[in-house]
Amino acid sequence: MPTFVYMTRCDGCGQCVDICPSDIMHIDKTLRRAYNIEPNMCWECYSCVKACPHQAIDVRGYADFAPLGHSVRVLRDEEKGTIAWRIKFRNGKKDIELLAPITTKPWGTAIPDLAGESAPSKEMRDSELLFNEPKYVRMDEGGLNTLESNGLTLKEGVYY
Amino acid sequence: MGYKTIIEDDIDVLIAGAGLGGTGAAFEARYWGKDKKIVIAEKANIDRSGAVAQGLYAINCYMGTRWGENNPEDHVRYARMDLMGMVREDLAFDMARHVDSAVHQFEEWGLPLMKDPKTGTYMREGRWQIMIHGESYKPIVAEAAKKSADKVFNRICVTHLLMDDAKDNRIAGAVGFNVRTGNYHVFKSKTVICGAGGASNIFKPRSVGEGAGRVWYAPWSSGSAYGLMIEAGAKMTQMENRIVLARFKDGYGPVGAYFLHLKTYTQNGLGEEYESKWFPKLTEMVGKEYLDTEGQHLSHKPIPTCLRNHAFISEVNAGRGPIHMVTMEAFQDPHLEEIGWHNFLGMTVGQAVLWASTDVDPKYENPELTTSEPYVMGSHATGCGAWCSGPEDVSPDEYYWGYNRMTTVEGLFGAGDAVGGTPHAFSSGSFTEGRLAAKAACKYIDDGKAEGIRVSEQQIQDLKTKIYKPLETYKVYSNEIVGGSVNPNFINPRQGLDRLQKLMDEYCGGFGVNYMTNEKLLQIGLKKMKLLEEDMEMIAAEDIHELLRAWELNHRVRTSESVFQHTLFRKETRWPGYYYRGDAMKLDDQNWHVLTVSHRDRKTGEYTMEKAPLYHLVGDE
Repeated sequence: MPTFVYMTRCDGCGQCVDICPSDIMHIDKTLRRAYNIEPNMCWECYSCVKACPHQAIDVRGYADFAPLGHSVRVLRDEEKGTIAWRIKFRNGKKDIELLAPITTKPWGTAIPDLAGESAPSKEMRDSELLFNEPKYVRMDEGGLNTLESNGLTLKEGVYY
Repeated sequence: MGYKTIIEDDIDVLIAGAGLGGTGAAFEARYWGKDKKIVIAEKANIDRSGAVAQGLYAINCYMGTRWGENNPEDHVRYARMDLMGMVREDLAFDMARHVDSAVHQFEEWGLPLMKDPKTGTYMREGRWQIMIHGESYKPIVAEAAKKSADKVFNRICVTHLLMDDAKDNRIAGAVGFNVRTGNYHVFKSKTVICGAGGASNIFKPRSVGEGAGRVWYAPWSSGSAYGLMIEAGAKMTQMENRIVLARFKDGYGPVGAYFLHLKTYTQNGLGEEYESKWFPKLTEMVGKEYLDTEGQHLSHKPIPTCLRNHAFISEVNAGRGPIHMVTMEAFQDPHLEEIGWHNFLGMTVGQAVLWASTDVDPKYENPELTTSEPYVMGSHATGCGAWCSGPEDVSPDEYYWGYNRMTTVEGLFGAGDAVGGTPHAFSSGSFTEGRLAAKAACKYIDDGKAEGIRVSEQQIQDLKTKIYKPLETYKVYSNEIVGGSVNPNFINPRQGLDRLQKLMDEYCGGFGVNYMTNEKLLQIGLKKMKLLEEDMEMIAAEDIHELLRAWELNHRVRTSESVFQHTLFRKETRWPGYYYRGDAMKLDDQNWHVLTVSHRDRKTGEYTMEKAPLYHLVGDE
């Protein structure tokens, strides 16, 4: 059923409910724990698995093509800025661990506050430039690429 | 019904759907509109919403202009080649000349982009693709959007756009409901930037049962960008241009890094190269201008995606399947093996789950590939979407009506999948389109174009009644039967989706008919669509979650109808490998070197189709 929730680990905190892009992690009202209410709308995106503070959520591959007995587990750590994976094969012959960075900066600190930037000039407003441009869009010190600067015209008809 | 009406008034820029396009719009809008009220309405949580929710292992659209790698026009020519000529080249050029600015900012924000140790430039996977550790791509850009927006409304399913009651064909906001509380939300806004995404799950998927969720594009991509805009009367373009993907079988794991970086390749079930043998016949079908294998070899022009699909499909039909990806050579290198796995974990974990469950170790076994069911979207190797204005300094008259990325409805802008004719934008290009739309929306307001908007109480109440009707229908009729899901008075959203997928598959060229259709089939399909549309009036929802599914289905149905109309209109086979018009099996540049544009009348529901001229970027020399 793509994602499922272990009864003894879930405390019903609702982090998975809050993050699921497909709106399929819901709290069972009697058991007060989360579960996947619509497995055939689950993408196995692991958003809920990553968000769960108790590692209570796991994935069992889609029943129509994935045999039992495998495991793909994950730990995502915003403070360390890493994500750690472990893949175990059904036949036990492969068991691999992989680590990747998820950010290069302390979480959420490097994003500019555009309200605090100085207001764009009239000239900038009337141009085709976006915020922070022409930085990064040219090799030289010139402005934005235009048809004129690049020696181009738009012609109607059949061209290949 | 006990649901509250919550009105958010005086919005300047409303972003309906905040995937990569919407987050780009929210971020940029703050710079051009310091004092403007910027509001996001998103049906999930913007930290993990849209097609990039799961992450990405590559950014597929980066020019590298500052390193002298490519110029914007190079990318336009590539997109033109890949889409068999059918591209809005003004929009594509505009996106390409800005996109690097977005990518470099992502790096500043903390997105880990891999670097080439020798050159210090971004690590190239292909000419346009760079490699990233993008598990947190979406949460990072969401931070930027949150910082710029005045308010973010998560879990609001936007169902309809509001229209101005004072002036015809002008936008006035949007309405929807909260998928948790059920409350009715009204957003009165001067402009709307629609970033509500393309469509998965409108053609019958290959997987059945549980696996129906393992679609290539996210299952929550409900075609809402199209559903919302078509309903508002916006003109659409290239909606026939659905896409079929050649991917790892069942898991739909991506192949880009495998082909480009790991240098894996495909072969048929007999272990032979198969593509080239289909090309001579295919050249007859599409013309030497579009497939000239010898010339292409010399010019290093890529073979169009659809034509490679065609060879794949033809080889399988000839009985020499399955098609394998030859991984056994590349995976002997432990570094490449690691990349192969990381690639899935970063964007399609389900493929890793599948190989783990079936003991497929690509080091010792070449995995199977398949061609997917079709998808309707506008940012990958296809360009479905709204007919939008281009930028003033680039666009010819037919493509320009005042504001960049504005649809034919005043004040309604598009971003990402919403914008038609702009394939190969991918994540970074979609974000860029959002930025462009945001700047234009602010200008539209500053120019006084949004003065005097009036939304009548009547419109708000009518839409409220409409939105909750499926709950009413359920309440009224469910007690008529003992139990179960079979009711003579209504269908539930899943039943409606099943019907839609079956008829799209059989009549509009799904995998079940080898992507084949013709005029007769399309006419029958449209008749059945009409009946489905009537039954949509009798769709029932047991709870708020099902109400969400009911409205997603509504948007999928609107999208599908448009796909039918466009497919019927274009009487040629422009993209063999995406779909075939059996009654017109050739590419026909004489009559169809044009973009298709549709308009659905808001009141009558009637479609009118027209051809729009194609303009191509041509060098001055």
